[in-house]
Amino acid sequence: MNPLARLLEAALFASARPIPLDELAALDPDASPAALQSALDELRVQYDTVGHGVELVDVGGGWQILTRAEYTEAIERAQLAARPHRLSSASLETLAIIAYRQPIGRAEIEEIRGVAVGSVLKSLLERGLIDVVGRAEGVGRPLLYGTTPIFLEQFALRHLEELPRGDELAIALRTAAPGTS
Amino acid sequence: MDVDILVDPTAPGATDFAGPPPSFDPHRLDAARDGAPAFVVELTQFSGPLDLLLTLIRDEQVDIYDIPIARIAEQFLRCIHQMALDQAADYLEMAARLLRIKAQMLLPRNELDEAWEDPRAELVRRLLEYQQMREVVDVLERLGEERRGRFARAYIPQQVAPPIAPLALSLAELLAATDRVLRVAREPAIHDVVARPLDVDGAIATVRAVLELRATARWRDVCPPSSQPWQVLSALLALLELARRGELRLAQLTPFASVLISRESASQAA
Repeated sequence: MNPLARLLEAALFASARPIPLDELAALDPDASPAALQSALDELRVQYDTVGHGVELVDVGGGWQILTRAEYTEAIERAQLAARPHRLSSASLETLAIIAYRQPIGRAEIEEIRGVAVGSVLKSLLERGLIDVVGRAEGVGRPLLYGTTPIFLEQFALRHLEELPRGDELAIALRTAAPGTS
Repeated sequence: MDVDILVDPTAPGATDFAGPPPSFDPHRLDAARDGAPAFVVELTQFSGPLDLLLTLIRDEQVDIYDIPIARIAEQFLRCIHQMALDQAADYLEMAARLLRIKAQMLLPRNELDEAWEDPRAELVRRLLEYQQMREVVDVLERLGEERRGRFARAYIPQQVAPPIAPLALSLAELLAATDRVLRVAREPAIHDVVARPLDVDGAIATVRAVLELRATARWRDVCPPSSQPWQVLSALLALLELARRGELRLAQLTPFASVLISRESASQAA
């Protein structure tokens, strides 16, 4: 393997969080962006073809080494690591709305979901999946929420644009949509 | 879409009740209406009134753009009937909305009236929006599940602390250090709390003297404003002591008002 790829592997191994490209670049100031990219590709191909138990993935605006899915059960059985808790349906609904409509206030989320979301917002904030990103104009200047890099990481998204676009959704229901928006 | 509802698979057209559900839950309720497909819903499983409404629309196989509002409203009310009231607020609001739409639909209208707007339009818009969001939830659920099945490095940054230096010390240095500590420790800086003697007996004498002259007195008569804290405390204890002995009576008409001290008639004999 080329020395840059080995350096990147060491850095990725040492980090618990995905490392953004610019931080990887800082590891070797002499490396060009093209060299960096080809080193990452080399590393990924190495993992995929030679047959490693881990893989290199591009998530949440950075690169990360993850174990392969087929070993999860064995690792969990041996109690070496535990999967994070699954999000509740209410949390996922709220998160979905925030992901698409951010920045968005609590009242709008409640309007779409049809239920109060105070406690759900709190738990999403505690999990670091959303954050307060500003305040709206108008009465009370309500807090506005948006998703965080942790959200991208936990859903293995490179960026928000990887989520299906609004017009790709609800196709069956949308076809006959009258002019009611 | 995977909704949280137990739909009885044998239901279409069946008039007989389709036997026990796969798992018994006291909260589930039978929302079947006469002639309609029987199904069993578990209300706690719905994430909100819109979820329930969409499920009803899907199960009734009605057109979302032409909702038979009376029928759906009736079903909706049946479903929320057995809910605990504290969870039901959001559902009740929706029920009220449905009934209002139902009432609006009943109003006579001029077919030629261009300005007439279907009272269901807003509800349809919300349902579609909600449905769209549910699809995003499915996507997120799938992505999250994939990511959950893979572990990242579990390195937790340690608190950076310099390593403890190995101990290099001679006996003489140790003794010298001990000596320094002992010298400092010989006179520990301990703050002495000196008990200020209270003169309760003196204060009792003062109070008695005042009450000798007057049948009633005020706090200020036995304790002038310039009093030291120990004098205030002495006066207070004296008053309480004399009150306990029944020589006087204490009264305070309102909070923070001046305390009224009155001679107890019986004490004159004492």
